[in-house]
Amino acid sequence: MTQGERQRLMAVLAKAEAASLQEKWQALAIDPLCSVLRGPETGLIGVKGHIGGGGDAFNFGEATITRITVRLRDSGHIGHAVHLGRDTQKVKLAAILDALAQDATYKERIFDAVITPLEKEQRIKDKKHQAQVAATKVDFFTLARGDE
Amino acid sequence: MYVAVKGGERAIANAHKLLAERRRGKRSVAALGLEQIVEQLSLAVDRVMNEGSLYDRHLAALAIKQARGDLIEAIFLLRAYRTTLPKLGYSTPVKTENMLIERRISATYKDLPGGQILGPTFDYTHRLLDPALAGEEAVFSLEEGPISPNNFVRVSDILAQEGLIEEDGRLNGAKPNDITKEPLDFPMGRDTRLQALARGDEGFLLALGYSTQRGYARTHPFAGEIRIGEVEVEYFIPELGYVVIIGRIQITECQMVNQFSGSAKVPPQFTRGYGLVFGQSERKAMSVALCDRALRANELGEDIVAPAQDEEFVIAHSDNVQATGFVEHLKLPHYVDFQSELDLVRTMRRDFEKAKDAVRSTACGLHEKQEKQKTGEVSSER
Repeated sequence: MTQGERQRLMAVLAKAEAASLQEKWQALAIDPLCSVLRGPETGLIGVKGHIGGGGDAFNFGEATITRITVRLRDSGHIGHAVHLGRDTQKVKLAAILDALAQDATYKERIFDAVITPLEKEQRIKDKKHQAQVAATKVDFFTLARGDE
Repeated sequence: MYVAVKGGERAIANAHKLLAERRRGKRSVAALGLEQIVEQLSLAVDRVMNEGSLYDRHLAALAIKQARGDLIEAIFLLRAYRTTLPKLGYSTPVKTENMLIERRISATYKDLPGGQILGPTFDYTHRLLDPALAGEEAVFSLEEGPISPNNFVRVSDILAQEGLIEEDGRLNGAKPNDITKEPLDFPMGRDTRLQALARGDEGFLLALGYSTQRGYARTHPFAGEIRIGEVEVEYFIPELGYVVIIGRIQITECQMVNQFSGSAKVPPQFTRGYGLVFGQSERKAMSVALCDRALRANELGEDIVAPAQDEEFVIAHSDNVQATGFVEHLKLPHYVDFQSELDLVRTMRRDFEKAKDAVRSTACGLHEKQEKQKTGEVSSER
């Protein structure tokens, strides 16, 4: 798995709805033995912004995150997951998928059956959101003054 | 003398049971679920997340439920909870230019790239109570519009092209401060101030922002741009050596464009106030931006004449958890303190009465003397 692929996988899993991820995981029908190396641990991260939108960084608040690191018993691959929120089940599942996807035998299946469909769901949701919001765009028109 | 007093345990335990009962209300009414609060009281949730300084919708909803809807109490609960969690680092700065827009308006440009997107706003509603909301709402389908390619150019960038506005804030190489780790120290950098303002009480900051409009430190603000929407949060994973996206949060950003500064060397240009807060919190973001600008008085060489420009006054009183703690601590037993005050006032009263008696007797003496003098005068006249 390249760095780009792994970033994509992690981003998609982090943004996925827990129920949808669970559903796709069930359909995958893989149940690897794994051990938890670290966590699951819930904590805080400082969320940063840019002063003025594009200037230097500043802290403007905190958010909960949950992280976990797992190792697959058979292959020894290590998987990480860090998500906003406190859903330890979802984070664990994501870490297992991250570890599995490093294995050439599973990688394609995971991307085809989990990552790509989740990405598509997200895209459809975002498009719907954008279209609904776009309907609230103001169309200005100028009234003729009638004096000409 | 310090007197330890015990007792009240039973009363306290029963008071808390009574609180739980009153919070639940009539059992014939269904209990409120957290999902209902998250979905249907989302702006209350946003306020609690902001002033509790913790982005977690479900925790904020739980706090609101537990606090019986008292938002400052809910904010207190959230702040207390966050102290139990370890700090696991920082996100990379969120990129508001890549926001998935929910609302975006500008009061300075009518036709700007991306357009004026009203989104779910209270603006232009008639503020008439809607009896229909008392029951189940009918489901209606939303109209959908053509999606413009994501070109929501920032208004500050439009002005910056002509050099008519100061650039984004710089810290001159300083590391951004974190008020959750370092105690507040005055004077403070703009980064620290923006963090403190983001968790500041909305009502307090609103009033201060309003005061600047009414002439207490006029800054001539325009709402250059307000945008609400979701941004991706990125986090560096040391084991991997690169950043990954760990989810999305909703935020509100306000760019105020204010009147000019300039000098012999720098040509006149617009100045700016900035507000960045969690959730859909437009009024809060605007108030933060107004206060941010007013508090830059020193930096911009303006006279400090009004409360909104006084950094220590604004920041030290903006945190409603601190404020409520100090105000509400007055309810705690002060029996011994008060006993000494009581003794003191009694002593002062005694002294006062004594002094009054003395005055009265002197006054009487004087009176007598005058009487005598009068009679004397009279007699002498005779």
